[in-house]
Amino acid sequence: MSAARAVLLRDLRLAWRSPLASLTVLAFFAMAAILFPFAVGPEPQLLARIATGVVWTMALLASLLSFERLFQLDHEDGSIDLLLLSPASLEAIVLAKCLAHWLTTGLPLILAAPLAATILNLPPEALPALLLALALGTPSLSLVGAVGAALVLGARRGGVLLPLLVMPLYVPVLVFGVAAVEADMAGLDARPHLLLLGAFLSGAVPVAAIGASAALRQAGE
Amino acid sequence: MLPWTSAAAVLLLAAGTWLALLGSPRDYQQGETVRIMYVHVPAAWMAMLTYANLAIASAVALVWRHPLAEVAARAMAPLGAAFTALCLVTGSLWGKPMWGTWWVWDARLTSVLLLFLLYLGYIALANAFEDEARGTRAASILALVGAINLPVIKFSVDWWNTLHQPASVSRLDAPALHPSMLLPLLVMALAFMAWFATVLLWRIEAALAERRLAARRMLAEAGTATPAMRR
Amino acid sequence: MTAAVEWLAATALGCARGGRLVFRGLDFELGAGEALALRGPNGSGKSSLLRLLAGLLPPAEGAVRWNGEDVAAAREAHRARIGWLGMQDALKPALGLAENLRFAASLRGAGPDAARRGLDAMGLGALAGVPARQLSQGQRRRAAIARVIAEDARLWLLDEPTLALDDDAAGRLGEALAAHLARGGLAVVATHVDLPVRLAGTIDFAGRP
Repeated sequence: MSAARAVLLRDLRLAWRSPLASLTVLAFFAMAAILFPFAVGPEPQLLARIATGVVWTMALLASLLSFERLFQLDHEDGSIDLLLLSPASLEAIVLAKCLAHWLTTGLPLILAAPLAATILNLPPEALPALLLALALGTPSLSLVGAVGAALVLGARRGGVLLPLLVMPLYVPVLVFGVAAVEADMAGLDARPHLLLLGAFLSGAVPVAAIGASAALRQAGE
Repeated sequence: MLPWTSAAAVLLLAAGTWLALLGSPRDYQQGETVRIMYVHVPAAWMAMLTYANLAIASAVALVWRHPLAEVAARAMAPLGAAFTALCLVTGSLWGKPMWGTWWVWDARLTSVLLLFLLYLGYIALANAFEDEARGTRAASILALVGAINLPVIKFSVDWWNTLHQPASVSRLDAPALHPSMLLPLLVMALAFMAWFATVLLWRIEAALAERRLAARRMLAEAGTATPAMRR
Repeated sequence: MTAAVEWLAATALGCARGGRLVFRGLDFELGAGEALALRGPNGSGKSSLLRLLAGLLPPAEGAVRWNGEDVAAAREAHRARIGWLGMQDALKPALGLAENLRFAASLRGAGPDAARRGLDAMGLGALAGVPARQLSQGQRRRAAIARVIAEDARLWLLDEPTLALDDDAAGRLGEALAAHLARGGLAVVATHVDLPVRLAGTIDFAGRP
């Protein structure tokens, strides 16, 4: 079994045995979606207008909660040295961890999105576009967040620092993710926006792999 | 270098200010307030230019661990942040008379706001570690990732702005850049660059002196720490 | 399988951590079948030297050499030959011992039976399925040593392996170490206590005055 695959399976196994992190992310997402009507009023037209944006923003913020565990736990128990000393490519290992992160955070969010969208009165016809956009966007969130998580290892108040570091980098995903759904709702073609999301994702893969690996090596010194 | 750049900075700032306040015409629509543009626009240029420099210095610092690059990167980050803050404040002041609000989500202002956050992130990360060198290296990675992402961010902000822009809101800009407005703009831009160079050199000198002191102290303390293997 | 004559060396090695020069001018040579002990108080540089030898920390001065070649020039090959035991056990609390060891073995491309071999060598066969968090500190340390045995690397870099070990476990460590050296392996061990193997040499790290 390759090292990257071993890391993926290990992280999935760990998440399965300790699902608290994934559940927290989902709980936050659900609670935030529920809070919004209290904040802006239950008027259906208004909710429908903001539903896409709210779902996307809440997914983004919820996923921020999950990054501390990504490398921090390995850093604390010394497992990170094993990863750093593996003859296998650290970049591949990092991508494996990002995949595990997405499977345990992004994918549940995508599955919970229809529920949130419904209570926020998103027109059901827009749902496929929303799910597709989330499917293309949430992996990017995992990748960019991983770079942030690797950078703040050993930093003071790293958990507070992480959102500040990754938020500006998230903006393109948010903009195109929402635009895709709104284009679809307006009867226009969502494809350009989805393609841009896909392009961002394909750019994020190498950048995050290299950036997070470099950050992990710094943390190991 | 320092005396030249400081002299240049003083002269250019004086010339630029004169041109901006007195030597250029008022705008047909905006009146005198358009003069804020002579600070706002060069500040935006400098903010982005500084970030590009920061990315280059960070790359050199990461690949070759050159102490000058590390020092320069740390020194220029707050300057870049200052330019972005200046741009944001002047943008706000400019917008108020025009639209009655203190903030408007104009494409340039929004991009600069995100750039400001990138600078803050760099400074926060660089200072978040006990070991300063580790902080600089971590922040360097962040600067490079940010630099790669910056064109994408800018593109997405422009896109977002055109998607949502109601017809009535105009750009935070002088309607047409008349040649008589171009000269003060360029002079101010050069003035900002000279100011940046001056303050940066200042800060680098100070930081290098600190490093030399720390290195000397380090060598003195380690005088006895030469272990050897005995069989 | 013939063992080529391999050797580890440090030439004028200097180490800086946190802006502080921990040591400099370190020279040593270690040949196949030899063990080197590092002694000295905490914070004196033992762990830092181990990290330098592993390639986790770049040298401030000088170089680490394997067979005469600077290890920084062939990092991947160097990582492949290292068996690492840090101050921490690197065990995932929620995973069983066998799961932990199989994971570590997969990271290095070792075979599936390597984990079983390591556990048996340290007398942990009965605890293979127990989650690491349910074990005592001594048992976890044993498991970490079992991991190094399972990885079957040429160069063992061990940081305080005897910590929390009882006599039986310490004896097993000694046997495993002796067997490793007999196969032509090398070992650098930071330790507070005397090791149950013949040492080729010792480096004393003086504490800060």
